[in-house]
This record gives sequence, structure tokens and C-alpha cells, in this order.
Amino acid sequence: MGWNRLKWFFPMLILAGAILVFILRSSVNDYILSIICFAGINIILAVSLNLTNGFTGLFSLGHPAFMAVGGYVAAILTFPVTRKAMLLPALPSWLAAQQWSLLPALILGGLCATLAAFLIGFPVLRLKGHYLAVATLGFLIILQVLITNLESFTRGPLGLNGLPLLTNLWWVYLWVVITIYVCWKVKHSSLGRSMLAIRENEMAAECLGIPLSRTRIMAFALGAFFAGVAGCLWAHLVTAITPTSFSVIMAFHLVVMVVVGGSGSITGATIAALMLTSVVEILSPLEENLGAYGISEIIISIGLLLILIYRPRGLFGTQEPAFLVKQRQRVSGEVGRSLSYQNGKGGTS
Amino acid sequence: MLEVRDSHAYIGQTYVLKGVSLEVRHREIVALIGANGAGKTTTLSTISGLTRSRRGKILFRPDPDATQRDITRVPAEEIVSMGISHCPEGRQVFSDLNVWENLLIGAYLRKDKQAIQSDLQWVCELFPILGDRRRQSAGSLSGGEQMMLVIGRALMSRPRLLLLDEPSLGLAPILVEVIFEMLEQINAQGTTILLVEQNARMALELAQRAYVMETGRVTLSGTGRELAENEEVRKAYLGAT
Repeated sequence: MGWNRLKWFFPMLILAGAILVFILRSSVNDYILSIICFAGINIILAVSLNLTNGFTGLFSLGHPAFMAVGGYVAAILTFPVTRKAMLLPALPSWLAAQQWSLLPALILGGLCATLAAFLIGFPVLRLKGHYLAVATLGFLIILQVLITNLESFTRGPLGLNGLPLLTNLWWVYLWVVITIYVCWKVKHSSLGRSMLAIRENEMAAECLGIPLSRTRIMAFALGAFFAGVAGCLWAHLVTAITPTSFSVIMAFHLVVMVVVGGSGSITGATIAALMLTSVVEILSPLEENLGAYGISEIIISIGLLLILIYRPRGLFGTQEPAFLVKQRQRVSGEVGRSLSYQNGKGGTS
Repeated sequence: MLEVRDSHAYIGQTYVLKGVSLEVRHREIVALIGANGAGKTTTLSTISGLTRSRRGKILFRPDPDATQRDITRVPAEEIVSMGISHCPEGRQVFSDLNVWENLLIGAYLRKDKQAIQSDLQWVCELFPILGDRRRQSAGSLSGGEQMMLVIGRALMSRPRLLLLDEPSLGLAPILVEVIFEMLEQINAQGTTILLVEQNARMALELAQRAYVMETGRVTLSGTGRELAENEEVRKAYLGAT
């Protein structure tokens, strides 16, 4: 019975979400809609960052860098040809003639971010802990410098503005569903278990034949793909993109989401992303009214401290809520029961 | 089955193995005893590919009629898939994962889903407590249960040769006996075992043959009984006066 309930639970949830998107789009004003879109993008980012920082135990601060790669690639591709001729006259002609729609641009942006992850993953993923954090931070800064100086493609520090507003709540919702689905599948597969094994005990994982660097790079690259997609969505929602759009502060916020939600918990990352985005949005009018700018940062930091003190493993730890994973446990529970039965039989005969 | 020929290895800058040679034959239990720092653990990790030896050869033949392969430079994951499973020292469970997940990670390189299920069953027959606690996180198990989990997890890769590093470490004597009985049973079912032990008395009792290591070299070898009766071994490792 539990089986059937869960078999229908996820499709129903997706459907319910879609209905909600439909209702929201026809009832809420554009400002609130865009906030909901940002919340969705943050969910994509937090859940995908969880692949490295949560599952595999790699403390990466490089997520905004992959967003930047994805965002810029997609922005150059979707820019109307006429505007491109004006803003980016030095663009190679084959690129200047492109004017893609959102979906292929999203995917290519994601793939370019993945490629970047592979390139920096090989040298950087030999490092651990703080060293890795510093190295990924370095990558973010290198990328910002690169974007600033590649003026013929990016207009340097001016950035690209007036991008077509292609992102809407449907697109964001689609990618939220895809991201959560893929990460969920990964977590409950043998690949996901091997990632968790590396986080828990690297030496034991190696002894059991888990290829450490390959698994790490897989986690890193997969996370980067979704970060790239999120970067594209972000760029086409804000309709402008500059080298400083994707900053260290953003990396900090994303890491906070993963830590608050619980390293390794997809549900936790989703809820934390929603919470954090709404807290910032609720507090910003307060900041303006009181003239106390920065108060939201202070409140978030205090909240983070409280969680680290009282719930150091985050809201959910590594787990997902029990009612969502019952299916899997029930199946293995049945195997276990038949086992102990056979054990008993084996013992008496 | 396994032949280590004149293996030299460094851990960082320290010269640890200074020419170790040993042999494990099919279906044997071989013990490797010696004081702390003699190089026993390093010997195991050069075999399983976690540490690279600088000089020497390691040859492995999974079955008596299989061809012998040089595994000196083979990466660790390939060595596991060839049939060598290494249980590192000190009960290295994945504490946040449950017992079942720990066991499944042991079968990481295997694709035969049904055989994995029947091996899970086999492991739970060997260690019924693991079946009972399958949904508990491994970190919440007692020391003895964790040791059983580590051995069970290593068996999930279907090893032909099991490398065990100090299974008795920090366990009550009665539990050590249980574990050693299990090893005997696992061996009787066809798995060859190379055992590193501080508990020389138990190890020499269990093993058909044994090697004594001192400061990076094998200094003595013989059958378990021969060594147990050897005057020097008795003095140095069995506490005789």
C-alpha cells in the first residue's frame, strides 16, 4: 500500500506545483512573480551545490563561477542579432549571426559550465577541505578577471544589458523539477552512495574500489551543469549580466543554504533556499524603512550561528523526511524479513 | 595466489618496507605479525594499491587456473574488481549511512543485481546481527558490530583474497573469538585470508602459515604452530619469559 502511495506521490507533487505556478501567474503581480523565480533559481543552486558540498564532502565556493559561465554563454547566444551588432561589434561573425531561443541556450550554457568544471576539477580536486574552498574561490576570481578582459565577447566591466526577458516561472519550475529529480535519483543510486562514502571515509571508500577522483569530478561537473543553467535563468530574469553579478557573497549565501538545510539533504536544501530567499525579500523593505541597511545580513548570520550551535547538522542532516523514502526502506525491509526467516530455517535444519 | 617479491615502499619520506617478500597460497589463512611500525599495514596497502611500492613486484592469480597478473601498478579500484578486498585498520564504517547502505557500497563495482541480493543474504547469515540492524546508522553500532559490518562489507565485493588489518583491535576477548571463528568459516567457504594481527597468539592459532615482520623486513616465517613454538617469537610476541 505504501508502495502505491509513494508511486503517485511525486507525480502528484509535480502536478500540484504546476497548478500553483498557473494560479500564481494569473493572480500575483510581476514583482512578486520575479521573487518567486529567484527563489526557484536558488533552489536549483542549493540542491546542485549539495552534490559537492553535501554528498561528496567537497567544500566548493565556485558555484557562482559556473553560473557566470552558463549565464554569459547563454546571454551571447540569445541576444538579438541587431543589438549584438551594436553592443558587441567585435564578435566573430558566426557568433554574431546566432539568435537562439531559451532552451538550447540553457542547455549549451549548462554544458559549458560542465566543461569548465572538468577543466578545473582535474587539478583542483586533489585538494581537500579549506584548500579546496580557497582554490574554487580563486577560480571564481580568475573567471571574473577573464570576463572583465574578454571585452569583445562580454563588453568587459560594462556587462551585457537589455537581454530578452525569456525566463518565466514555467521555465524556472521545469528546471527546479529536473534538478531535484536528477539529484534525488543520484542520491539513491550506487553513484550517490559512493559519493556519501567518500564524504564519510575516504580511505574505506578507496579500499572498496570507489574511484575517488572520478567520483569527485562527476559530482563537481553535475553540480556545475545545474549551476550553469541557473546562471542562464538568472541572466534572462534580471536581463543584465556583469562580471560582478556572480560574487563571493552569492557563494556564501548558497553555502549557507546547504548548511542550514543539512549537508546532503535535498529536502533541506530546497526548504533552506526558500526560507533564505523570502527572509531577504521580507527584510529588504524593513531595511529601507528603517534606513538600517545590512540588517538582513546580520539576521541571516545570527540565524546561521544559532543553527550551527543547536542543530550543527542542519535542519535535516543527510536524511530526507521519512515519509518520502519509505518506499525504498520498505522494499529492503521485506528483503530483510525474508532473510531473517531463512536464517531461522537455516539454524534449525 | 599472491606473491609479493622484494617490495620497497615509502610513506611520505619514511622508508617503511625494505624488501618484503611473502606468498599466500589458495584457500590459506596467512598471518602477518610483528611489533608496531614493522610495516604490516603498509604491506597490505601496497597489495591493495593504496600505497605504491617503489621497487619490487606484486603478482596475483585470482584462481588456481587463472593467469597470473602483475598488480604492482594497477589502480586500487581495479584491484578490488580483480578479487582483492582490503579491510583497513580500525573499523572504518560509513557512520552516517545505515548498515544496508554500507553493505551495498561494498558491492559498488558489481553490476549483477541478483547476485548482490543473494550475497547480502549470505552476509546476513554469517552475521545475523547485521540483518537485524540493517536500518540503523553504522555509527550507532557497537565496536564488535562495526567490525562485523566492515568484514561483511568487504565480502560484498566477492573477494578471492581478503586482506584484514587488525580485526581484534579494541574488542573484548570474547568478541575477538567470535570474529576469528567467523574468519575460519569464511575461509572454509573458499576465501583466502591474509591477516595482520597484534594478537599474535590468536593469529598463530588460526593461520596455517605466518610471517613475522620487523622494521620493514620479514624475519621469520613458518607454519602457525612452528612460529608459536619458536623461542624468539614466544619471547617477543607471546609474552613468554
